[in-house]
Parts: sequence; structure tokens; C-alpha cells
Amino acid sequence: MAKKFRTDGKPVKVSGAKDLPPMQASLGLMTHNKTGSWRNVKPVINYEKCINCFVCWKFCPEPAIKIEDEKPVVDYDYCKGCMMCAEECPVDAIDMEEEGK
Amino acid sequence: MKKTMMGNFAASWGAQLSRAQVIAAYPITPQTLIVEKLSEIVADGKLDAEFIKVESEHSAMSACIGASATGARAYTATSAQGLALMHEMLHWAALGRLPIVMANVNRAMAPGWSIWADQNDSLSQRDTGWMQIYASSAQDILDSTMLAYKVSEQVLLPTFISFDAFFLSHTVEVVDMPEQEEIDKFLPPFNPEYKMDVKDPRSFGALTDQQYYYEFRYKMQNAMDEAVDVIKEAGKEYEEITGRRYDLVQPYKCEDADLILVTSGTIAETTNVAVDRLREQGKKVGNLKIRVIRPYPKTDILKTVEGAEKIAVIDRNISNGYHGIFSQELKGALYNETDIPVWGLIAGLGGRDVKVEDIIEMADKTLESDSPQDIRWEGVKR
Amino acid sequence: MKLTIPEEEVMNPGHLACQGCGGALAMRYALKVYGKNSMLTIPACCWAVIDGPFPYTTAGVPLFHTAFETAAVVGSGLRAGLKVQGNEETNVIAWAGDGGTFDIGLQAISGAAERNDDITYIVYDNEAYMNTGIQRSSATPHGAWTTTTPVKHYKKGKKKNIIEIMAAHRIPYTATASIAYPEDLTKKLKKAKETKGFKFLHIFAPCPTGWKSDPKNTIKLAKLAVDTNIFPLYEIIDGLEYTQTKKVKKVKPVKEYTKLQGRFKHLNDEEIQYMQEQTDHNYSILEKKFSD
Repeated sequence: MAKKFRTDGKPVKVSGAKDLPPMQASLGLMTHNKTGSWRNVKPVINYEKCINCFVCWKFCPEPAIKIEDEKPVVDYDYCKGCMMCAEECPVDAIDMEEEGK
Repeated sequence: MKKTMMGNFAASWGAQLSRAQVIAAYPITPQTLIVEKLSEIVADGKLDAEFIKVESEHSAMSACIGASATGARAYTATSAQGLALMHEMLHWAALGRLPIVMANVNRAMAPGWSIWADQNDSLSQRDTGWMQIYASSAQDILDSTMLAYKVSEQVLLPTFISFDAFFLSHTVEVVDMPEQEEIDKFLPPFNPEYKMDVKDPRSFGALTDQQYYYEFRYKMQNAMDEAVDVIKEAGKEYEEITGRRYDLVQPYKCEDADLILVTSGTIAETTNVAVDRLREQGKKVGNLKIRVIRPYPKTDILKTVEGAEKIAVIDRNISNGYHGIFSQELKGALYNETDIPVWGLIAGLGGRDVKVEDIIEMADKTLESDSPQDIRWEGVKR
Repeated sequence: MKLTIPEEEVMNPGHLACQGCGGALAMRYALKVYGKNSMLTIPACCWAVIDGPFPYTTAGVPLFHTAFETAAVVGSGLRAGLKVQGNEETNVIAWAGDGGTFDIGLQAISGAAERNDDITYIVYDNEAYMNTGIQRSSATPHGAWTTTTPVKHYKKGKKKNIIEIMAAHRIPYTATASIAYPEDLTKKLKKAKETKGFKFLHIFAPCPTGWKSDPKNTIKLAKLAVDTNIFPLYEIIDGLEYTQTKKVKKVKPVKEYTKLQGRFKHLNDEEIQYMQEQTDHNYSILEKKFSD
């Protein structure tokens, strides 16, 4: 029986050879790795200016911008702070803030 | 059903009976006939397989790896330079635990550019993690193909079957071909637990750091250890179907032998004839043919040589800077277990013929010799 | 709410790409179009690491890591394995960087293209061996600094024209694309997906780490490459019929592109002028091939 593949975003526990498949077949998703910790600046969407064009969602490489209730929402668990979204926003609706503020 | 066929065609028919599903091969003398025959077999509708006409041996093994990863039974064939070219991917197939089966015609490595029999090509691949069979007859080549898939698919390690250039690849023998139905019962379809499958999406072969790599090698070793038993069981099951039994070693008249010659490939068959002649002269000589070198048959060798006074290994190969390779490995197996002296004889490099008379002379010289020699270059012109 | 590219995400976040990675965005687009009924083979390149170390993965589809030079032929093997088991629906994508495509992988690509094996080959081109620390490749443009073309010996050779090489194989579909124009890119991906035979896509994917640019400028750079005619967007059918998919109305000067990248910082005006002339010259030759 193939070992189960975790999709719940929790880390995979391997105690030894018996927990491993014969070959290097993955056992879980990388979503356990919250890359939001990489940032030193973060994008903050100003919803008063936002025109819901979703250019920010379109250009996010993670992706760390989700569509919720027909609005773009930054997923700070994963946002690495590259600020491509802010740079490309056609109406300057994304502000850059220092992380940890 | 009995058919006459040359060694190369025995490999082709072995792949056909095994219902190989993806064949990716590149031509090289003296393997070309294997692939040509397989093209014919596929074109005639006798085998439902995808035939990828790759542009190099490195690509041949890579294509087999891709196919095997999806759960298809993959096959290829090569020789010497081609085997050397795919070396990187041999590691990939074994570490990736993909049960590919390959025919390798033992041909001398270049330069000097030689197309003739020599075992340095296959022996250079001992550390890749592939199981290795040395066939010494066309029947052996045919049967070993099905046996190889059976064992490989159970322990998840690839196998290659080596046989001598021209002496075996191009000579014709009477071969008994089993019926397709018998083989289908013996070798069910390949069905791995882990494969490239959109229903269970995983990555394979990702960056593996110090936490895990060691354990994967450990698991491969366990698989090789398990393979010793699986080879024997498969051999027994095959005997029930065909009457022919294959094992890791094949001793001939070793039970009471004073001198045991250790051989492989076509030299092994010639040595059987030499043993009979020596016995007629009253000399108690036996022949231990080594058929499988990975996994290494240490237990079977120790059992066979027990009681012998002398051992002489005939190597159609040399690891320059050390000794003949079968002799090195055998001495390693004997160490700590027994102190029977071992002579290391080199013969037949680059396809030089090794005749019955030559082997009789080698045996006589060894019987008369008092101290073992690490290397004795038989027939070399100094 | 009108989205101009498919909404569903296949790729997962949490991966190891640098901030502002063009290659990560390229994969996100490719998987959106190809969908879950796809499998990837990836050789040594940034994406071999981006996907995550064992025992994790991020792609969301089966992914076979393979040796550097073998992406195309492992793709051929995957396709053959699927076909012989009765599966002609699953997409097979060989996904590689420029090193594994223009250099070491070229033989395997040529073989697979000549056989017209039914796979999509996508190269995300960041113009150097970025994964191993920014060494030059034959995709590195004239003028660029890399660790093996340091400033005193910056790369003076031309960028290898991989598209012409693929066109020479007369494959059904060849195209260039840029992550700055995702509508054009996803349209081309869709076309490739629906074509049988060997398809080749060359995606321009800026790398802030290797180009010494600000991560926030990745899209800007991918756009400028197109708008300066350094990286024109076009497609080729059967290796013979060239169609431009984006004609740039206001062509920008090369200087605007190079000034945003540290890897071109050492170039003087004369050297940039040379790059401008080469760009204009190359584009004028290409322009003649476009059918109207």
C-alpha cells in the first residue's frame, strides 16, 4: 500500500526507513512552509482605491493573493513581500508597509 | 516450442514474451540485431509496445525511466560505449527503484576500438545498484529476461543481462521458447504502488538531504538482500513451467573437486567441456559458473567451494591497478570464511578466443602451482 | 468580476522561489491552463528546488525530477508509458530552465522534436544558470555580467536563438511568451495544449537575484523586454509560418531595460548603443518573416 500523501498543510513525520517509500516519492504539500516569514515589507491593499481589476492577483508568483467575496485579499501566511502587486497596480491602491509594524 | 536463434534474437524474444511495453534503444554493434528484431516483432503486431527511436543511449535509458515511472514495463539493449554513456542514468534507474530490464552485449571498451568480447563494460557498472546476470547461452538469455522482470518488479531494482559479443550474440543455438500463456501466468502485468499518476500526484526524486538519503541506500541494500531469495523462488517457479532451473551460481562437478575454476559468460560453457576432459585424465576439477553478481551470491559460493583445495578464477576483464574483477569479489567473499588459496587468471580480453585447450592448460598450471597468484596473464604476448 | 486568465489555482504557495521570481509565476500560469490532468518532468534548474525538498512538493500534479540533460526525453518516456497503458488524455510537460534547454539539454530536445513526440516543452528563460549561482549559459544576452562572465570579461557572444533551432525541426507549434503578458501567454499555452505533437514554448522569466534587479520590477522587466523588441512575442506553425502576436506600438529604448538591472550596470553608452543596434537588426530580420 502506498503511504498516504498529506494535503492538510501539516509537516510530514518520518522516523526512519520504514516510514519511507522505496523511492523518493513525496508524502505531503509544501503548504506547511509559511513563506510569509521571509518578508521585511508587506503589501496592504487600500480597498477604497481598489477597482477590483485583479492585476495584483494575476501577477503574484506564490500565489499569495486570493479572491474572496470578489475582492483581492493578501494571504500573509505566504506573501514574500516582493511588492510586484504594488508596482503593477494601475491605481496605486497597494501601499508598502514595514513588516512588524 | 523449439526454434533456432542467435543470442541477440533470444534477447528480443525474451522482451516479447515478457510483454515489454516501452522499448527505447539506440544501435551499437553487436547489439543492433536485438533492436532490429524487436522493431520487426512490434511491426508484425506480435508485441504491443511503444518503440522510441532515441538519439543516444543516455536518452534510451532516460526514456525507459520516464516510461517505467508511469508503471509501464520498459526495455532497452546496449553494449560497451553505449552502456558507459548511460552510466549516469543507470544510477537514476536504480536509486529511483524502477524495474527496467536491459540486455548488454559484453564488448571491449575503447580505445582501441574493439567490438569483441570483454566484460569491463558491465563490470564498470557494479556500483550503480542494478542487479546483474551473466548469461552463457541463448536459452539463458531468453529465460533470464522473463526471470529478470519477475524479480525486478518484486524488489524494485532494475536488472541487466550481459552476454559475450559475437561468441554468444551472433551464434545460433536451438532454444526452447515457452508459450505466451505460460509466461503470462509467471509474469503478471507490472503494477507498482508508486507511479506518476494524476490520481495520486506526487513528486519523485526531489532534493533529498542528509536526513533521508542514507535510509534510501539502506532500503536498496535490503532489496538486494531480499532479491537473493526472490531469484531462487522465481527460479524454482520457472523450473515448474519449463523444466529449466536458474540460480545465482551454477556449479558443475564441484562436489569432490580439488580445483574449482570460477567462470562466467561463454568461458563458463567452454570450461564445462574442459572439466569433462580433465576428469577423463583423472584430475578432479570442477567449474563454478557465476550467473548473478548483484546481489552477490556469497553464501552459494562458500557452499560450493567448501572442501576444495584450490580456486582459479578466469576473468575476461581487468580492473587496471588491481586484479580481475570476479577474482577480487570472490576473494572478498572468502575472507574471514575460508582460507582456500585463489589464483586470478586473466584471459580473452578484447575478444581473444579462449579455447578448451587453453582452459585445460590453465587448470594444469594451477594444479602444479604451489603458491597462489593474484594475476596470471594467460596467453599474453609480452 | 472578469478575470483574463483561468481562475483555478493548481500550484500551491509555500514554495522556495525567491521574492519576485519570474519562473514561479510562469509555472503558475502553465498549470492553470494545463490543469490537474497533467504531469511534469523537471531537470536540474531552479524549479527542481522551488518545488520543495523531499518529502514535500508544491506543484499539485505528478512531477518527475530527472537528470539535467534529459527533460525532453523523459517526457517522451512518460508519454510512451501513458500511451501504452491506454491514456492519451494526460498532458505531459517537460519544464526546464535555459541551461537545461539551450545547452546540456539540446540533444534530447532535438531528438524528441524530430520524433514529434506528443509533449509540451516549456523553457522558462532567466538567461543564466541561476540555480547553481548565476553562471552564464548560451541564453545569456550580450553585455550581461554573470559569475563566469565577470565585468572584465562580460558576455560578448550573441544569445543562442533557440526558437530558430526549434523551427528548423518543423514542429507543429513554437512560441515565445512573457510573464508580463499573461493573456498572450495563456492563449499560447492553450493552443499548445490542444495541438498534438512536439510543442515548444520559450517563456521570458526575469530573475531579480541573478539580474540584480528589484524584485518588484519583475513584471516591468518582462514587459520592457517585449517593448524594446529584445524579446518579441510570436508563434510559428510547423516551423514555417510566423505570426507576431503582439506588435509593439511605442518601442522603448534598450537603455530603459538595462538601467533597471545590475547585471548591465558596467556597460558604457557605446556598449549599450551596440546592444540597441543588435536588437534593432535582429528584429528587422524577424519582422520580415511575419505573415500579415
